[in-house]
Amino acid sequence: MSELSVNHLLGIKYLTKEDINLIFETADQFKEVINRPIKKVPSLRDITIANLFFENSTRTKLSFELAEKRLSADVINFSASQSSVKKGETLIDTVNNILSMKVDMVVMRHPNPGAGVFLSKHVNASIVNAGDGAHEHPTQALLDSYSIREKLGSVKGKNVVIVGDILHSRVALSNIYALQLQGANVMVCGPKTLLPKYIKDLGVKVETNLKKALEWCDVANMLRVQNERMDISYFPSTREYTQQFGVNKELLDSLNKEIVIMHPGPINRGVEITSDVADSKQAIILNQVENGVAVRMAVIYLLASKIKQ
Amino acid sequence: MSQKVLLSSKEVNITLHRLACQLIENHDDFSETALIGIQPRGKFLANRLAKILTEDYKIKNIQLGHLDITFFRDDFRRGEKPLEANTTIIDFIVEDKNVVFIDDVLYTGRSIRSALTAIQSFGRPKDIELLTLIDRRFSRHLPIQPNYRGRQVDAIDNQKVIVKWLENEGEDAVYLVDK
Repeated sequence: MSELSVNHLLGIKYLTKEDINLIFETADQFKEVINRPIKKVPSLRDITIANLFFENSTRTKLSFELAEKRLSADVINFSASQSSVKKGETLIDTVNNILSMKVDMVVMRHPNPGAGVFLSKHVNASIVNAGDGAHEHPTQALLDSYSIREKLGSVKGKNVVIVGDILHSRVALSNIYALQLQGANVMVCGPKTLLPKYIKDLGVKVETNLKKALEWCDVANMLRVQNERMDISYFPSTREYTQQFGVNKELLDSLNKEIVIMHPGPINRGVEITSDVADSKQAIILNQVENGVAVRMAVIYLLASKIKQ
Repeated sequence: MSQKVLLSSKEVNITLHRLACQLIENHDDFSETALIGIQPRGKFLANRLAKILTEDYKIKNIQLGHLDITFFRDDFRRGEKPLEANTTIIDFIVEDKNVVFIDDVLYTGRSIRSALTAIQSFGRPKDIELLTLIDRRFSRHLPIQPNYRGRQVDAIDNQKVIVKWLENEGEDAVYLVDK
């Protein structure tokens, strides 16, 4: 097995366990590449990639762009705020116009769930989903699992709790799929208002007491409260949220084991996680960022290898 | 499928010792030399030569690395089979070193072309030599020739040279096989 089973990366739901293993094994090699004095390989010099960001992003966009450039792909960037989308152009028209400039691959972030799947059915290019609404963010889940594998040796059998705003989080859903596919036990923890009603149907444990969740887990993935997606008030105040679902040093010290702390960023310091925890050696937040480039290089490389000349 | 023995176990052993001695002639105490096995198959030969140099010729501190060329190959997206990456281990500086590329079979020369590009990511070597166990002459696509060769072979395109190693396949031998 040395080829992905898919032509697009639309979500973890569409991947197999073997796909994830292949991505990780390839990412191992790219991680070595990005630690060389010259961090670039010429593999994709005849591939052009368009990064279409219909929603704001800093680290994902930078990470994808860096991954593409380190593979020697030609890169064009597009932000919805500066585009003809504002003039009323449809998504398919926008993308087809870009593709007629001979683009081979599209990395897209879009506020609507399913935008990547929709696009893959209507345009002739390899699509990578860089986040579609509250649906999936597959590369984030891959780099999260890759970071757990790096830190703990494997993902299988590990207890992972995802804490926070599960309702609005594409990172949570992709992580649940990815972790379960690799044989981890998954728990979600947060205020009841931020836990989707049928979350148990995904086969995850549900906990509303953070202390109990942390006592159970090997890894805690702390999510950001997504105020920008909240149209109503889901909890009384940020202060109350922090008191019940924020991780601080005292809480970690009260556990009888050392757990791994993750965060997909951007961090709201002092809300879901305090500064002393974010900067502690238990936190692998910056490793996640480094691994993000290697994992995205692997995804792009493996998808590009399926684009025939 | 017919199979012809090009080198037996004893012949492989004699050839490896000769190649090791030729390296010593040019590289003295190896302090400025780096041996680089080209992945995936060159690493076995490189490891074996390093072992002979260390154990039989008492050369200390040999710098030995493995270089993967997958991401530097010129046939990405051109073949039926996807390219599989291997591990690169070069934990020393190659800047200003005398680098010796080591591979089992030299055929079209394209792997070595890729390796010449790949090694630049680790610095600028003083010079680069090529050592190969089997040199398939008359089949080169590029102007690349070995500095050290075990055995020269005239093989046609529909034949394959298979090198087996004791530590990997259970025997030291080189075969010429009809595809």
